[in-house]
Amino acid sequence: MLDLIIEKSILILSVFSVTLLIATYLTYTERKVAAFLQDRIGPDRAGPFGIFQPLADAGKMFFKEDFIPAASAKWLFIMGPGIAMFTACMTGAVIPWGTSLNIMGREVSLQIADVNIGILYIMGMVSIGVYGIMIGGWASNNKYSLMGAIRASSQMISYELAMGLSIISIVMMTGSLSLKDIAAGQSGQLFGIPLTTGLDWNVFVQPVGFIIFLVCAFAETNRAPFDLPECESELIGGYHTEYSSMKLGFFLFAEYINMFISSAVISTLYFGGYNFPGIHLLPHNLQAIAGIAALFGKIFFFIFVFMWVRWTLPRFRYDQLMHLGWKILIPLSILNMLVTAGWMTFRNLL
Amino acid sequence: MTELFFYIFSFISILTALLVVFSKNPIHSVLYLIVTFFTIAGQYILMNAQFLAIVHLIVYAGAVMVLFLFVLMLLNLNENAEPKKDLILKIVSIISSGLLFLTLTAALKDAETSQPSIATNENLGLVKNLGNVLFKEYVVPFELSSILFLSSMVGAVMLGKKEQTTNN
Repeated sequence: MLDLIIEKSILILSVFSVTLLIATYLTYTERKVAAFLQDRIGPDRAGPFGIFQPLADAGKMFFKEDFIPAASAKWLFIMGPGIAMFTACMTGAVIPWGTSLNIMGREVSLQIADVNIGILYIMGMVSIGVYGIMIGGWASNNKYSLMGAIRASSQMISYELAMGLSIISIVMMTGSLSLKDIAAGQSGQLFGIPLTTGLDWNVFVQPVGFIIFLVCAFAETNRAPFDLPECESELIGGYHTEYSSMKLGFFLFAEYINMFISSAVISTLYFGGYNFPGIHLLPHNLQAIAGIAALFGKIFFFIFVFMWVRWTLPRFRYDQLMHLGWKILIPLSILNMLVTAGWMTFRNLL
Repeated sequence: MTELFFYIFSFISILTALLVVFSKNPIHSVLYLIVTFFTIAGQYILMNAQFLAIVHLIVYAGAVMVLFLFVLMLLNLNENAEPKKDLILKIVSIISSGLLFLTLTAALKDAETSQPSIATNENLGLVKNLGNVLFKEYVVPFELSSILFLSSMVGAVMLGKKEQTTNN
């Protein structure tokens, strides 16, 4: 029992600190990627290539004046960024970061909690995440904040449906809601072709589901082209207009954590998680470590996609966003689900 | 351990349920109700029904309450906007709710303490067993309730639809 507590504590602590570290450096990466795409240099003052820029930014955030508007609901105003940060950090608990390490004859699973409803847990955390934005936006007592909060909530509710429906196809194919089983189920051979062991990724059988999920992930993390809740040309700063200092920092930070976690979820659901071709040839512990490296490689690729899209596509109009969500993605995901179900019945895969 | 959690969750859920009724600001009421839902989900987890717990959170805390909050924020109700109630209205509401309370206590007074239901299979709440039970034993009620949901959804859409103006 004590071993288990120590083992899980170390795992939780390392996942938490890695999440925070990555989120910190994503602010730097975002600016560098933006600079690259716009043919600029980007931050280059703090340290070599500007790699200490996040530290400088964090220092600035902490030392700025923390202002709470007089007409705001004070406690809710403080709670908003806290909830956003909390839900963002909670989601990493069910992601299988690797297979398992064998430390002195003890199998240590590299997943904090293998709950049998892992994927639903992620959906739940995503749907609760909207409260941070809603409460913060409402408590600010500012029309622009309120508009941003309302946009965020309706956008999230709309895209959750298509997201859930696209996940159902994956769940049907795997026969489990546990992310561990979903990741482990992608370790076989792709279409039975030899030499492709470890490449049986869901994206090859569920390309439509993957695209739907990716679009929904953009909408759920409030990233461009769906960043209408903080659309600066219409709403000043959206839900965080009234926020300053580290409370603003928390909202921005939560967005980067969400980006990291959704990249991890996309990699696990559709890109084989920790699996890569040739993983089965390695010895046990090396397999786990190489698996972690592979998963992080995939995660960084998807983070790059998030940034790439942000600096490529212009923002949607609000009615276009709703049209895409309700009239295109939901019917498409239902169709995808029916085709998957029909195919599985036809091939007797159930 | 489980018992301790049961008491903690029960205490918080009763407290927040009371706060739902007593807080003057409708937004605060909704937020307290969300906390109540969380504690109820905690009770489900204690009963080894994780699927029910998480679906409860997704549906009630994640969707229904977001819509409630959404509407309340749009209407922007607050303490000042609450209509002033007449004295006669207050007296009537006190009498009627007192009668309801009396009826409930009278009904509960004679009720026996329920036997804690002993589940035939303590893992019944796990998603695999639940799915088997729902789709094998109770498939007809399950499908009927889905039809009920569908028809209520169609009804809501029909009500929400704008009146078509005839142009001919």
